[in-house]
Amino acid sequence: MRVIVGGVVVSVFALLGDLLKPKSFAGLFGAAPSIALATLALTVMKEGKEYASLEARSMVVGAAAFFFYACVVGRLLIRRRVPVLFTTSASVALWFGCAFGLWFLALR
Amino acid sequence: MKIKVDTAGLRRSKAYEYLVRFAFGGTVTAVAGIIAKRFGPEIGGLFLAFPAILPASATLIEKHEMEKKERAGKHGAARGRAAAGVDAIGASRGAVGLAVFALIVWLRLPESRTGLVLAGATLAWFLTSITVWKLREIVWRAFRKKYFKSSNPRSSKTS
Repeated sequence: MRVIVGGVVVSVFALLGDLLKPKSFAGLFGAAPSIALATLALTVMKEGKEYASLEARSMVVGAAAFFFYACVVGRLLIRRRVPVLFTTSASVALWFGCAFGLWFLALR
Repeated sequence: MKIKVDTAGLRRSKAYEYLVRFAFGGTVTAVAGIIAKRFGPEIGGLFLAFPAILPASATLIEKHEMEKKERAGKHGAARGRAAAGVDAIGASRGAVGLAVFALIVWLRLPESRTGLVLAGATLAWFLTSITVWKLREIVWRAFRKKYFKSSNPRSSKTS
């Protein structure tokens, strides 16, 4: 169920991103709350609102990590000659570092 | 810069590319659920803002831009990378909206209707992202006008 709902929501936002110009604006949809929408609705049904609210609290930190990740990826791709797939994939380590670091400092 | 709807973008994408995004999105959603179940909502929640679609989207943008340039008889690797970079910078503005989305759900969900909170938070994500994007455009334009034009010898000659 999660796979289908998640896949559909992510595809809809990706489609919107494909439709819009300029690229910097279409890029906004790369950070759409697609996974969150799919997950939170199902979580509320299964685990309740308090549980989903706790997930959303951690998501604030995850979004801050996403911000750093996207800034670094964007800068590397524009300024340095590094392959796209390598940059976007390797920089996921930065997301993990920021997300868990901020979570440890602010929410633990 | 004006926002436009360009249906040519849809024609450039092939069916398997949508399938890749669907698979990526579905997998990450499922994994986020499994992590929340195993480690609790505090850790699982982090993955609701995981950059799931960005690597796939950036790679497809690079591929499309390269194909476009190569059809015109040029080498398009640098152009493809730059286009993917601009898309990622756009995603960083969207991430500010994503934080606002999470903040609204965290604070409002326990007391309000789920559908209403999720719809309101999605609208807030969209409005925040557009505002940050537009503000950056305005500030950058003003910055360029003030510092780059005045340092241009040709512009000082003509004034």
